[in-house]
Amino acid sequence: MQPIIQIQGVGKTYDSGFSALKSIDLEIRRGEIFALLGPNGAGKTTLISIICGIVNASAGRVLADGMDIVQDYRQARSLIGLVPQELTTDAFETVWDTVSFSRGLFGKPADPAYIEKVLRQLSLWDKRNAKMLALSGGMKRRVMIAKALSHEPSILFLDEPTAGVDVELRRDMWEMVRGLRENGVTVILTTHYIEEAEEMADRIGVINRGELILVEEKEMLMQQLGQKQLYLMLQTPLDALPASLGQYNLSLNDEGTQLTYTFDAHHETSGIAELLRSLSELGIDLKDLQSKQSSLEEIFVSLVHRPEESA
Amino acid sequence: MNLNGVRAIYTFEMNRTRRTLMQSVISPVLSTSLYFIVFGTAIGSRMGEIDGVSYGAFIIPGLLMLSLLSESISNASFGIFFPKFSGTIYEVLSAPVSPFEILAGYVGAAATKSLIIGTLILVTARLFVDYSIAHPVWMLAFLLLTALTFSLFGFIIGVWANDFQQLQVIPLMVITPLTFLGGAFYSINMLPEPWQTLTLFNPVVYLINGFRWAFYGVADVHMGVSLGMTLVFLLICIATVWWIFRTGYRIKP
Ligand SMILES: Nc1ncnc2c1ncn2[C@@H]1O[C@H](COP(=O)(O)OP(=O)(O)OP(=O)(O)O)[C@@H](O)[C@H]1O
Ligand SMILES: [Mg+2]
Repeated sequence: MQPIIQIQGVGKTYDSGFSALKSIDLEIRRGEIFALLGPNGAGKTTLISIICGIVNASAGRVLADGMDIVQDYRQARSLIGLVPQELTTDAFETVWDTVSFSRGLFGKPADPAYIEKVLRQLSLWDKRNAKMLALSGGMKRRVMIAKALSHEPSILFLDEPTAGVDVELRRDMWEMVRGLRENGVTVILTTHYIEEAEEMADRIGVINRGELILVEEKEMLMQQLGQKQLYLMLQTPLDALPASLGQYNLSLNDEGTQLTYTFDAHHETSGIAELLRSLSELGIDLKDLQSKQSSLEEIFVSLVHRPEESA
Repeated sequence: MNLNGVRAIYTFEMNRTRRTLMQSVISPVLSTSLYFIVFGTAIGSRMGEIDGVSYGAFIIPGLLMLSLLSESISNASFGIFFPKFSGTIYEVLSAPVSPFEILAGYVGAAATKSLIIGTLILVTARLFVDYSIAHPVWMLAFLLLTALTFSLFGFIIGVWANDFQQLQVIPLMVITPLTFLGGAFYSINMLPEPWQTLTLFNPVVYLINGFRWAFYGVADVHMGVSLGMTLVFLLICIATVWWIFRTGYRIKP
């Protein structure tokens, strides 16, 4: 099936001469949730802004459902809804008016019943007659989402949808995004919260300094790079690792008080049972033990730091 | 054609006008009316006629033009400057609306507002000054053309301006002086040389005189020239706006 979004060699050099995007090639699949991860200034917003028509690309082209976003901007843009990173709203407009405005702007005939549905879904119905300036930040964020959904897009961009949003609302948003996907909407979100990508995404792209350094199925990514660690806290410190434990992937830390065992979480046998047996044979007593899976966060940090060394 | 989009922008802008009725409609009408009271009734009776028209009546086209110019410019420039300034312009840029539709919404609303103000001023003037309109159709045509042209001009200023000061500087430092010196209060035949010739370089002279011709059938320059000059300025504005949208000048990084 044709990808819903095709990004081909897209680059951006701002007027200041700063090159925010090098040359991005990326395809977004129909109906997936794609998470774009990257540190501050990586170029996430720039890439989204180009696709949505807010920033002119310096190079390359983008197709939305096969339509060029510059030449066939009318058809391409009517497919796309955008929730920008910044909370920019018309302070004196009411929630109802501003959401209805968005629908009209995107060429759709007025449909109060649909607007009502969207507002109810986002728990904004009670606030429909409130002016934007009277809303809290979290509510404004939801109004921005309502605006983006008002014209029934089949592609939704969420640029850091959960920045500055409390835990409960964040859960609600995840719920909503999953609901959208069930209805066939493709969702592209950017985030700094790895847990968000881990929780939500089907695929993950990591962008750093204007370069896409990785695109991978989340599951694959977790599997490939997912290592587990077992921390063993010792009763009595060891001076050195006993030679008979050489077969295990072990390291001695914290002045000999802790052993760290690293193993592949997806391997048939973890080797933990054998290790514990060997330890008791050696008379090494344990105070406590703890295991930890390396999170996407660690994967992410290790990826993003790598290019820095070569730079 | 995305008519719903045009309507959305137009309605949004007109709602903004409605919210600020006092400042955006009542106040320009009131301040212009003051001129009619002062010059039409108080001082006007002591001044002679110009081209066979009483002084109070003589100044109406010029004063109307002054409000029309400044209101069209300020309304249209603010209409596009503010979304640019606050960031809400992202939505218009990301929407399936063509440059023409964006203009139809913003400039259409600004011009509508100018026409409303112009009509109110004309009606109010009637309370103080006795005037007649010799060529009502031409009067309307000039009114429309001016409102449209200067709303476009205002749109350009709004796109160009990077801050509130730049937004004000052209209306305040260029348009107002040009209007006052453009024969709003006098016939340019009353000027000594070289001022009389120099004045012909002031585009507003042609606007005011075209308008005055439509009212009283007399003017300092031929109405054909007035019409031609107004159309030229309209074309310049259209070309500039076309260039803005083609390059994304100051609206798209
Ligand atoms: N209008 C602009 N002019 C010049 N440089 C810009 C402009 N907009 C963004 N940049 C630069 O481009 C780079 C990428 O910015 P961008 O906003 O795309 O990053 P981001 O990945 O969204 O970051 P964040 O996570 O902080 O939102 C940054 O270094 C930024 O300073
Ligand atoms: Mg960003």
